[in-house]
Order: sequence, then C-alpha cells, then structure tokens
Amino acid sequence: MALFEIADVQISGIAACVPEKVLSNHDYKWIKGSERDLLIKTIGVEQRHIAAVGQTTSDLCFQAATQLMEQLKWNPEDIKLLIFVSQSRDYIIPSTSTILQDRLKLPKTCMAFDINLGCSGYIYGLSVMSSLIKSTGFEKCLLLVGDLSNVTSSYRDKSTYPLFGDAGTATALEYKPGAPPIQFNLQSDGSGHEAIIIRDGGVRNLINKQSFAVKKYGDGIYRNRLQIELNGIEVFNFSLREVVPNIKTTLRHFNHTLDEFDYLLFHQANRLINETLRKMLKVDPAKVPYSLKEYGNTSCASIPLTMVTQLRAELANKPQKLLLTAFGIGLSWGTVMLETNKIVVPEITILKGNTEIEENA
Amino acid sequence: MNIEDFITRIEEEFDDIQPGTLKPASVFREVFEWNSINALILIAMVKTEYDVVINAEDIANSKTIEDIYKIIESKS
Repeated sequence: MALFEIADVQISGIAACVPEKVLSNHDYKWIKGSERDLLIKTIGVEQRHIAAVGQTTSDLCFQAATQLMEQLKWNPEDIKLLIFVSQSRDYIIPSTSTILQDRLKLPKTCMAFDINLGCSGYIYGLSVMSSLIKSTGFEKCLLLVGDLSNVTSSYRDKSTYPLFGDAGTATALEYKPGAPPIQFNLQSDGSGHEAIIIRDGGVRNLINKQSFAVKKYGDGIYRNRLQIELNGIEVFNFSLREVVPNIKTTLRHFNHTLDEFDYLLFHQANRLINETLRKMLKVDPAKVPYSLKEYGNTSCASIPLTMVTQLRAELANKPQKLLLTAFGIGLSWGTVMLETNKIVVPEITILKGNTEIEENA
Repeated sequence: MNIEDFITRIEEEFDDIQPGTLKPASVFREVFEWNSINALILIAMVKTEYDVVINAEDIANSKTIEDIYKIIESKS
C-alpha cells in the first residue's frame, strides 16, 4: 500500500483565486423549478465562479501565487520548485508549469513540471512536492493547483453543468528540519477511468468531426464528445466503497484517531456524497467545512479553497491538525494527515474579467 | 430491520411523500418524481442506515419498495 510519511517539510501558506463572474444555480433554466430545487439541495451548490472566455487556470494560480509570495515576503528568485496540478492546461503542449515559472519571474534554476490529476490532485501534489523537498532540501517551493471545469461542461447536461466551479490555488512549502511528518495513503483504480471522462481530443480518440456532434444521453443530458461526462451513480458508489476504508487504514497505520483532528477537509464532490461520508465516520458537522455552496465542486482546488474560505482565521492564528481526503476522477483517491503552525492565509482574491452571462454557449 | 422501518426512512428522506401513503407494493417510479438525484438519495440513505451499497443495476431491476427492501436484506 502507498502508505508513507515525510518529515521536515512544512506548509507555510495557502492562497486561492476565483474568477469574478458568478452564476447562480437558481437561474439554471435548463431544468424545471422543482427538479432544480431538489438538485441544488442535494448537491449543495447555490452558485459558482466561472472563468470568462480567455481566462485560464494558470491565470488564477498566477494571481494566487503572486499574492502568497508577497505576503510571505518570498523573493521569486529563491523558488527552487514549481508544480502545477490541473486537468485544464493552457495548451495541449507545452506544459503550463514552465509558462508559470516565466510569468512569476522564477529563476531558470527552478525545476517545474505538471501533474495531470483532478479531484485527488491536491493530496497527490503534496506528496510529490514533500518527497522532493525532503530529498533535496529545497527551501522554497510552490504547489499551484486548480481547474477550469466549466469550459468543458455542457449547459444542456444537468448531470455536470450545475456542479462545477473554477478556481486556482497556491500552496507554499518549505524544507524545515524538525517539522512533524506529513502522512499519506494514496490509491488508484483505473478500471473506473470512464466514470468521469472527456472522450475525444486526446490521442486515444483524436479530435474529429463527430467530436462536435451533440447527442442525447438521457433526460436533460445533451453533450458532445469534447465535453465532460460524469456517471453520478458510479462515482457515488465508488466514494461510498473506498473513502472511509482508506481513512480508517491511514488512521490505524499511523496510530491516530479521528478525535485528534481539528478539521476533516473533504474534496468538495457534492453535498450528498460528503454528508454520507461524514455520517459514516460519525463526525460532527462543525469539523467538516464546506465551500460547495458558494464555489461548487472546484476539482483539485477544492481542499485548499475550503481552507482559505472557511478556515482562514483558524489556520492563521493557531496550530491545526488536519485530515485531508480527496477522491474522484481516475479513479484516484487518498488521505493526508498533516499539522500546520500559524500559516499565512491571504483573503481569497478575485480575478477580474468579463462578467456578462453567456449561458447558452 | 423490517419493511415498515424501511418505509418510514424513505418517507423521512423524501419531502414529496405523504407519510402513510407508501406500501410495500408501491411502484417507486410512480410515487416519486423519479430521477437520478432521487436514486442517489436512496443509495445514500441505504448506506447510512443499513450499511449496504445498492447500485444502479439493483435499482433498475426493482419495481416496488419491497423489491429494493429484499435486495438490502440479501446484502446485509
């Protein structure tokens, strides 16, 4: 099992950025009122921030990283490593991390690469970055994590459109001898890779004329093959089957109990999934913060975004013991247990842009 | 666990259903405005209350409340 711990690495700060444009799910006219109300109540998403045409995940991460470095008083020249975790890169090629290295004015001595993961991206990103820091002694590193999910979702697909929000985040990590270990339990199951998928446009199914043809896949579900497809029941059952055992194995392996943790931070999948997991774990609602209501499911950005928007004062003012759990596309999932000690958490920043609603695109 | 309890749980979970109207022989696609969201709510309730995972096939193969109940019984 991929159960391991990495000491001497600390999180020094976390920042998040969302686009200015807001869409309310109460205005989602594709489905009728009663179904819309049930949907909003069930998934727990009232509104979402949506990138304007031309805005990218890297723009959001750039703004979050700039703000974070300023508040940490980090000199860009000192950054040794940048990792960009996303499934919405600027270009098919090259990777986005190098573009961000240049734009953030990081030195050419900085190592930079992309990781292609969605829901589980933050915890996987933490594991890769911590391991590199531990083995190299790199002092200042940036983990940039985010996604634009709305550019690839169909307005006429009620199973995806009301769910996703766009967000970018930046997490600062440092080599700090004596820092308590960060503990991981990471898993994957590619047999479920079709549960959340964009079918065309990669190398398996090259883009072709048929890729653009809109087809009906169910009641209220129309999309083309360049748009995201989500099998809700399959994802739901996967989450109910795998997440709690993964958490319990992690706790047992590292000799922890759930009571020790100040907060449990779940990937913001949807309210029904997350609440079912919370009840299965018998955890008090006050220990499980949500950013779903205002921001939707923000893919890999959801955990750091929840930390910035819901736990800012707690993270800034006192030490915290946190359990992070993420699960979804891949399928890929896992748990991270970590401690923070009064970290820098700037207030969420907004990326300005065109806020006109262009819903029927 | 018995079917009366199961019916009570369903009535609690779904606001649209008048308490006392649901019977074991009720066809659930007729009682609810059945859609995939209701399927998810049912799956969540069954997992939380009975620690049993029912899947899309189980629901597709069931017509009545009793059919679902029997699946839960066989899996628990």
